[in-house]
Amino acid sequence: MKTLTKEPLNVIIGGVGGQGNVLMAFLVGSALLSKGYLAGVGDTYGTSQRGGPVASHVRISKEKQYSPLIASGHADVIVALEPVEALRLLNQFGNPDTVVITNSRPVYPPDVSSGKATYPEMDELSQAIRKFSAKAIIVNATDEALKMGGAIFTNVIMIGALIGADVLPLDRESMAAQLADRFHGTVLENDIKAVDKGIELVAG
Amino acid sequence: MPGIDIDAPGSVQLLLGNEAIARGALEAGIGFAAAYPGTPSSEILETLARVAKKMNFHAEWSTNEMVAMEAAAGASFAGIPAISSMKQNGADVVSDFLVNVGMTGVGKGGLVAVIGDDPSAISSSNEQDSRWICKWMDMPLLEPSSAQEAKDMVKWAFELSRELDIVVVVRETTRLAHTRSNVKLGELVKTEKEAYFSDTWDMFQPAKSQFAAGPFGILHYQLQQRLAKAPAIFETSPFNYYVGPDKPELLIITSGVCWLYSTEAVERLGLQDRVGIFKLGTSWPLPEKLVEKQLGRTNEVLFVEEINPFIEGSVMELAASFPANKPHINFYGKRTGHVNLFGELNTDLVTDAVAKVVGITYQARDAKYDMELKEAAKMVPPRSINFCPGCPHRATYWAIKNALTLDGRNGVVAGDIGCYSMGFAAGGFFQERAMHCMGGGIGVANGLGNLKEFGFDQPVIAVAGDSTFYHACIPALINGVWNRANFIFLILDNSATAMTGFQPHPGVGVDATGEQAPAIDMEALCRSMGIKVEVCDPFDLKNTTETLVRLMADDEPGAKVVIMRRICELVRGRREKHAPYKMHVDPDKCVGDECGCNRLCIRLFACPGLMWDNKAGKAKIDEAQCTGCGVCSDICSQGAIIKEAA
Repeated sequence: MKTLTKEPLNVIIGGVGGQGNVLMAFLVGSALLSKGYLAGVGDTYGTSQRGGPVASHVRISKEKQYSPLIASGHADVIVALEPVEALRLLNQFGNPDTVVITNSRPVYPPDVSSGKATYPEMDELSQAIRKFSAKAIIVNATDEALKMGGAIFTNVIMIGALIGADVLPLDRESMAAQLADRFHGTVLENDIKAVDKGIELVAG
Repeated sequence: MPGIDIDAPGSVQLLLGNEAIARGALEAGIGFAAAYPGTPSSEILETLARVAKKMNFHAEWSTNEMVAMEAAAGASFAGIPAISSMKQNGADVVSDFLVNVGMTGVGKGGLVAVIGDDPSAISSSNEQDSRWICKWMDMPLLEPSSAQEAKDMVKWAFELSRELDIVVVVRETTRLAHTRSNVKLGELVKTEKEAYFSDTWDMFQPAKSQFAAGPFGILHYQLQQRLAKAPAIFETSPFNYYVGPDKPELLIITSGVCWLYSTEAVERLGLQDRVGIFKLGTSWPLPEKLVEKQLGRTNEVLFVEEINPFIEGSVMELAASFPANKPHINFYGKRTGHVNLFGELNTDLVTDAVAKVVGITYQARDAKYDMELKEAAKMVPPRSINFCPGCPHRATYWAIKNALTLDGRNGVVAGDIGCYSMGFAAGGFFQERAMHCMGGGIGVANGLGNLKEFGFDQPVIAVAGDSTFYHACIPALINGVWNRANFIFLILDNSATAMTGFQPHPGVGVDATGEQAPAIDMEALCRSMGIKVEVCDPFDLKNTTETLVRLMADDEPGAKVVIMRRICELVRGRREKHAPYKMHVDPDKCVGDECGCNRLCIRLFACPGLMWDNKAGKAKIDEAQCTGCGVCSDICSQGAIIKEAA
């Protein structure tokens, strides 16, 4: 996508505290700024840093600054690092035109592990995500990250998936430039490989 | 990536609200910055400390907010522009000093206090509206609505502080603090002032040459006179403006990020032609003429602000003074129940409030879609917060729980705020039974520990983090020794101010700028009070539990200290790339649901690194989460969780 399809375009990047959504949103926001867009990135973290649900609200505009939080039902794109978090976010912010891009690897909440709550079957979950979105892209980013040497690459792979999904005026080169601004050496090389892996997962 | 000190006026950067505040301070030419970490304000001092050496000013993490503000005031007295930032609880800590410095004035430097309120207590033990402190202490109040405004307001706040010889408060909220947006930079100013504490005594103007809070009668009057100059300045401030039709049906009066919510709500409802918005950036004291002019636009007014009806009250107070022949105004807001009296606002809540006043209905999305999605989303399990995988606090609370059970007298754990405050929740096995402010746990233990006359026999355990120990625990510990209270004080020493982002504290040997600094030895400090101090490794569950049981059984009265020393896992993980242990569950040893333990490892211990394999009916390690601390291998009765040196 070369230009904005909406004013503003509302993107939510969420997951579980510690998965790296804050850095993702910062990188996406910075890349958009470098392309001449106004970008606002509202991070909803706080104590949810410790394993709770987290989300960054990215609002992309050609005109002005919008409020830090996207209103209910107003997300155009939801990127989730964890699949039930994708449905949780869709439930609050989704609408029939929302595009969802999610990692398929569950992070089980304490209540699920302890048997107090159940985690849905993946089939049932992905069916619901597909039903209530215009388009759902489900990728196994964590497994790919573990193959690359650690779960730490999951968020950068998901940035690749977001670029590959072609729903934002965002491209590989502007993201690579943002990464090169912050990382060096093998870290940078691996991050760029992770972006490419994400693009490849969506294409494949 | 450019730093906050980039010398490029006019360039646009994607800054956090807190970074914008730091930038504003640099553009004001500050010479001194001091703070204690506290969400949502921490990034202000962090950002300043990163460039302090390079830009030749002083930045410090102070032991607590009171010391930070006093230090900043000292700098201002000597002519150096100074800033102190804090979360809402910090404003409470600082209040005693602030009342006094109001009386004395701030000197020639200029003194700005940034207070970060946390509506909905997203990262706090309480919710409060700190703006009241400005009415209480006669301080001007600025409320930025965006990062850009935050930067510009902070710069202006210094001019205002010097002009009025007063502490100026800039109030941010979590959303502003933690939202990145585009900020156009201004010019950097380098401080080249010489610090000098004036000693020119003028007996007719003592307040001009002395910073002493007395005689209070005259000084309070003089403070009020200085504050009384603020409204005239605020009348023409560019931070206050109205957007909307000349004569709207409804006027919204709003401040802070609520201005953005209000604007969006009105657009969402398509009411731009019927509803106008007056944004107030200088919230106290009110620019009365300007407010009166806005009130003249309509007879229907809605207040949108977080948290208390602060502006609502001030404006209604003003309206009560209008002559009787003025038309009656219907005021809506918190008083009428249109806007919540607690918690954070957002576009949805403001949309509802506006729709209700105007008398229309609004639905964010198609009703059928909405209903079906809500039904489907019932499959989403709740996700409660927990200690991180490998967190030493989980192990500490596990030892506490077992020790209290072994002791059998229903011992009480009193704690305070930090990561370990999650001890009151499932992650800490619900062990923490009192939790209030910084240092509150050991304070409460002073009371519980002195009730022998009333037959009180429950052991008392106080917990506090290492940073909190230096911040607020030392007077209470001294008190405990002096008044012979019986308690065991556990200092959970993870070598960082972990909750707020691993800032250094007086015990770690590094200062805010990363320079080597003297480390205050907490053991030696406690020993100097005559206390017997023991040190435990929380990961050694057996020794920790035995130590606690032994100390609870010890008949010798008085305060006892146990330092639970183990570095924060997030800090360790950054420093050491490799986990200490490689963990796995031996499927032959794990009896699964047949075991009498009833899934002890995942149900009770509940480290996120452990999971249940439903197909096999046995425990399993989640390699994406496990940090290899090895503690869980000591809790399994079957010895099924195996740790191997990695």
